[in-house]
Amino acid sequence: MDAVTVTDLVVHRGARPVLHEVGCSVPSGQVTGLLGPSGSGKSTLLRALVGAQRVRSGTVTVLGHPAGSPALRSRVGYVTQAPSVYADLTVRENARHFAALYGRGAVAADAAIADVGLAEAAGQLVGDLSGGQRGRASLACALVGEPDLLVLDEPTVGLDPVLRVELWTRFHALAAAGTTLVVSSHVMDEAGRCDRLLLLRDGRLLSDSTPTELRARTGTDDLEQAFLSLVRATEEATA
Amino acid sequence: MTTMISPRLTSATAGRVLRQLRHDHRTVAMLLVLPSALLGLLYLLWADVPTAPGQPDTFDRVGLTMLGVFPFVVMFLVTSIAMLRERTSGTLERLLTTPLSRLDLLLGYGLAFGLAAAAQAVVTVTIATTVYDLDVTGPLSLVVLIAVVDAALGVALGLLASAFARSEFQAVQLMPVVVLPQFFLCGLLVPRDQLAGWLQAVSDVLPLSYAVAALQEVGASPEATGTMWVDVGVVAGATLLALGLAAATLRRRTS
Repeated sequence: MDAVTVTDLVVHRGARPVLHEVGCSVPSGQVTGLLGPSGSGKSTLLRALVGAQRVRSGTVTVLGHPAGSPALRSRVGYVTQAPSVYADLTVRENARHFAALYGRGAVAADAAIADVGLAEAAGQLVGDLSGGQRGRASLACALVGEPDLLVLDEPTVGLDPVLRVELWTRFHALAAAGTTLVVSSHVMDEAGRCDRLLLLRDGRLLSDSTPTELRARTGTDDLEQAFLSLVRATEEATA
Repeated sequence: MTTMISPRLTSATAGRVLRQLRHDHRTVAMLLVLPSALLGLLYLLWADVPTAPGQPDTFDRVGLTMLGVFPFVVMFLVTSIAMLRERTSGTLERLLTTPLSRLDLLLGYGLAFGLAAAAQAVVTVTIATTVYDLDVTGPLSLVVLIAVVDAALGVALGLLASAFARSEFQAVQLMPVVVLPQFFLCGLLVPRDQLAGWLQAVSDVLPLSYAVAALQEVGASPEATGTMWVDVGVVAGATLLALGLAAATLRRRTS
């Protein structure tokens, strides 16, 4: 059962096409990585999944409903690339506010804060935190709703390696408990941590496979090299 | 379009906005003290100017009008900047992916800043009538009520105006655009019946004119008059209209 199905998605920003007939599916209960260089259209695709992106054509179906449907609003969590939390509130106040919007209480808010490792900073204003901590506060505000689908735009940017590993462990624990995760990254070394990989470049989907399949197809163990050989193959095909 | 209003989500939003305000001590102090201080300046301005026999005291007339103008201006500014921040920081996009409806968000803002305006009005009216001897014939509770309705109008117009600003520089410049014409034509500088016909027509469609007329009614009559309630109703109606328009500017899907 797929949690998300994208068919022939076309998005233009002004006159400029950002996504060209992208089609992909995201299996339930797995961590799907959306990888590609900066400017490849990753954020646009994620915004389309949560229903925040105006699309030109194509369909996006999420958990059986059109993306952005009212029925999905308590089931989909979204963390934007820039931390979208209130800088003039404490971590706890932010988490409790989003908890209230999802119909949860203070206990759920505190649990979400602990999950992202911010328990000791819960009483601090978000504006006084480091960039990495702000990102985690933003993540806590999505976790608090215990969504069925969690859409995370570059959640590990600016985090030290230890925290990055902890977060990936957390993502897999969530997936094991049944949550579907879509995580974007421009760092290829995170690709290997995903159950499934979507590779995006210049608004086109280069590959939709598992890391193992991708390695086998390109004949290399290094996913960065695999990505490069896919890019070259596509360019030769279009040249 | 979601038009369902949830009291629970509206009050969650209002609580959040008030908590943000509470962390900003300087803003709270300015909200509570500045109108009283400015009114004091006006009091001193006319303190030694003799009043012509049979004429109402100038400070009574101007001071009473300003009790309606201050909350309108202050809440317009505070709200337009607050909403602009929601739009530019990404929190608005995020909020609109949650079960919160657009009207919950706007009413939450209205409720929070309406409460702040009530506190401001109680302080300003108390200081005005005790320290500055402002004479009001009607009940002071009505003055506070009109001040709060004016503040709500400022909040609603501020929420709407934030849609037309891309930066805080632009947002603050919308304040004179929205506020000054209404102030010039509200009847304080020149009585409305002495305005040129077309200016009177413009004044007739500007909500602040009705707020000032309502205050003048309270200033002159010992009890609430029908005219006053009609004027207050017009201001409240304009507030709801502006909120509706502001809701239409909040788009879930953007390019």
